[in-house]
Amino acid sequence: MKRNAKFYAGFLLVALLIAGVGSFYASSHPDGLNYVAEQTGFIDQEKASATSDGPFAGYSTRGIDDDRLSGGVAGVVGSLTTLLVGGGLFWVLRRRRTHTTDPA
Amino acid sequence: MHVPDGFLDAPTSVATGVVAAAGVAVALRGARRELDDRTAPMAGLVATFVFAGQMINFPVAGGTSGHLLGGALAAVLVGPWTGALCISVVLVVQALLMADGGITALGTNITLMGIVGAGTGWLVFAGLRRLLPRRLSLVAPAAGVAALVSVPAAALAFTLLFAVGGTAPIDTSTVLTAMLGWHTVIGIGEAVITTLVIGTIVTTRPDLVYGARPLLAARELEVRTTAEAAR
Repeated sequence: MKRNAKFYAGFLLVALLIAGVGSFYASSHPDGLNYVAEQTGFIDQEKASATSDGPFAGYSTRGIDDDRLSGGVAGVVGSLTTLLVGGGLFWVLRRRRTHTTDPA
Repeated sequence: MHVPDGFLDAPTSVATGVVAAAGVAVALRGARRELDDRTAPMAGLVATFVFAGQMINFPVAGGTSGHLLGGALAAVLVGPWTGALCISVVLVVQALLMADGGITALGTNITLMGIVGAGTGWLVFAGLRRLLPRRLSLVAPAAGVAALVSVPAAALAFTLLFAVGGTAPIDTSTVLTAMLGWHTVIGIGEAVITTLVIGTIVTTRPDLVYGARPLLAARELEVRTTAEAAR
């Protein structure tokens, strides 16, 4: 179990580093779909999302001027929210061991 | 590939919403069989990793970029049903918190990246696992091929939806060619990332990789027979 905890902690750390630090170095070019939409002429159909004035909209944190920090904080908040929602859902869904008498 | 609000008309968005809801409902049932005390935390972490990985847009030719979709990666790591749910959770967080992908397009995005992405990824992986020699070292490359196929598959699905319910009158074959072309290139990036990540985990903790577990059982059996023969 200790071995699992160690692996999980390492995996989480890698994810948080990617979202919090690595994301700053991501390409700012449009992704495949947006590029195709520009090229073939349907990009103007896009409507702003209802959540586009949220505090972390567009992967930047409102109120933080520094780009690196603003994106990093948004990335970490998004990652931890995903962990909370996903982890919670999967923990509730999991098969509980009912056949074992092992107290561990 | 996050579809924003406005690309698809309302009827099509409602239809993909229904498809997504049905898909998630089926996945919720299927995931119960894949999740236990050990794999549930892993699944939460896989969703987290996919969220983080999707933030890294890598440049591809001609001013375009791509990013991990993660469907094949998640399906091989935690199983197809749980994998589809991982991607769905990521998409919900992105739509609500980051305004990435439209709210009315959430069903479309879950259909494209969760159901088609993870589904195609798993089917290709499971097919390859059947065809290839039963070796642990082949899990990561097989996952890579599955990842490569999953991206143009999702692009194809978008094109079909756009042909039915696109909000601009654009020739379907033009959209199809552009979508498939670019997303095949992006699929190579998806394959590289998926192969590296799964290769690393298979090397350190193969028991935590859902797609590798049948091969582990086979390996243990082999060791026992050899030990028995040597006696």
